[in-house]
Amino acid sequence: MTIARTVLTIAALTLREASRRRVLLALAVLTVVLLALSGWGFSRLAAEAGDSTLTSGEARLTASILLNLVMFGFSLIAALGTAFLAGPTLSGETESGIALSVLARPIRRPAFLLGKWLGLVAFGSGFVVLAGLAQCVVVWATVGYWPPEPAAALALLAAQTVVLLTLAVLLSTAISPMASGVVAVGLFGTTWVAGVVGGLGASLGNDAIVRVGSVSRMLLPTDGLWRGAMHAFQDPSALVQFGAADVDAFPFLSTAPLTVTYLAWAALWVAMVWGLAAASFLRKDL
Amino acid sequence: MAADPTAVGTDAAPRAAALVVADLPSAPAVWCSGLRKRYGRRPAVDDVSLEVGRGEVVGLLGPNGAGKTTVIKMLLGLVHPDAGEVMLLGRPAADPAARARVGYLPELFRYQPWLSAAEVLALHVRLAGVGVPAQEQRACLSLVGLAERAADRVGGFSKGMQQRLGLAVALVARPELVILDEPTSALDPIGRVDVRDIVLELKSRAVAVLLNSHLIGEVERVCDRVVILDRGRLAASGTLAELLGQRELRLQLTDLSAAAQERLAATGKAEHAGDWVTVALPADGGDTAVPDLVRDLVALGARVHAVEPGRISLEDRLLGILREGHGDDR
Repeated sequence: MTIARTVLTIAALTLREASRRRVLLALAVLTVVLLALSGWGFSRLAAEAGDSTLTSGEARLTASILLNLVMFGFSLIAALGTAFLAGPTLSGETESGIALSVLARPIRRPAFLLGKWLGLVAFGSGFVVLAGLAQCVVVWATVGYWPPEPAAALALLAAQTVVLLTLAVLLSTAISPMASGVVAVGLFGTTWVAGVVGGLGASLGNDAIVRVGSVSRMLLPTDGLWRGAMHAFQDPSALVQFGAADVDAFPFLSTAPLTVTYLAWAALWVAMVWGLAAASFLRKDL
Repeated sequence: MAADPTAVGTDAAPRAAALVVADLPSAPAVWCSGLRKRYGRRPAVDDVSLEVGRGEVVGLLGPNGAGKTTVIKMLLGLVHPDAGEVMLLGRPAADPAARARVGYLPELFRYQPWLSAAEVLALHVRLAGVGVPAQEQRACLSLVGLAERAADRVGGFSKGMQQRLGLAVALVARPELVILDEPTSALDPIGRVDVRDIVLELKSRAVAVLLNSHLIGEVERVCDRVVILDRGRLAASGTLAELLGQRELRLQLTDLSAAAQERLAATGKAEHAGDWVTVALPADGGDTAVPDLVRDLVALGARVHAVEPGRISLEDRLLGILREGHGDDR
């Protein structure tokens, strides 16, 4: 099957690029630093709890919040990493001329694009799942807290990365490598802030402000998926412990799990944006 | 040619035509008709049709901005033509499989800097879907003088070495058609001779070559036919003999009798400048025209001091064609 061979060859090439360009090494170093710092932080928390300054409920709440905070750090690293990798690997190659000799081979452009995308998906998701799992182990080893649904949480983190890199791939078929990375990360940040604003709106009972978060979560599902991941990481008792009135406004706790409809929307969103990217890449003159 | 792909019209028709043409032994390596491309309001390529026969070496010439690279990119599906049809090796170019036996060295030659030279070749062999053993891939690198650098990362290569690698990439997947876009732009004189030898070797193996080069001397030495583009349009095309037309002969003569002058005039248009006479030789004069003329002149009492064969160079012809096309503005 020619198309499958092209897709797998290009996906493997993209992964090899990530490893040879030392992206993997840079991410590994950042991850180790973040794991070490959080390990130290959580061990201090354990010491505080041991001194009986904190109740067990408070300790679980604090562990949940800190875990979500550190995971946000990882999702940010993954977002930056994949968004800035997607730009050079696609529009960078067309700009420099590397793509000319590759696309003059008997391959279809959508197969080439799918290969690039799959390579980036494997890289980005692989990173967040491994780093997230390592973080869960660190938390379990230091304070004895284990998230209620770690598999779902890590899968949602990976899905969030996939959403953002699909957007970066679409942008890189149309604009320069650097601009595509900047715009993708900028939109990621904007959506997160809009989500926080929406939470504030819920806490204040202002529907118009709530809508800011809801609309942004539909336009770019990164924040929605992130909130689903947080919900799966945090202890169910944390919400009660925090106080139901204020929890909406707090950015590192999530009040509700994701609905199947929202997950389906996120999948449809990825398919649509990928389709747009393929159409744009197909029409491009190299 | 046996095929007449001009009948191609609807979307389904090219596929049907391809099936018919593919069965014919002499489907041309490249066939394109009525290619047009505009970038904004500026026409880059305007109604260009050309053909490269199997085993034929065709040179693509023209000034900067004539549309040569755009034509090449349209042949390979890298640029979408606004109008026109392309067939490669008997298949419509819209089908990527048409490029399975096509090797290409782009004008902008860049290869993955994080891969080694051998890995770049292995990647292209895999993408071409051709089973080329590692030994043959190494031989291809040796052919372009990169055998010693096979395991080195491309990122550390000079421009000349990258162009040599590009040549190996174009040759590695056993092509039946090789398209070389300025293949010697970064090469030293030895590299240029190597490229010429490679093209001649491809010709001896009946591999078709489309060669875009500014080095007219190289084109003149290796090409069977030449296509000249100017401002996006086809300015001239034909075999070298057709394009260059007549030959000339320069003679230094004294004691030129009236009979001898008549003999010169009977050969062709003669121009006198002191002792020197330049005579245009007939294209169909064969190999005996020069010795016959000298013999007759001596018999008619003329003293022959020097005889120099003169030939209108391709460069002169190219400049002439381009000046004609541009009117009086040069």
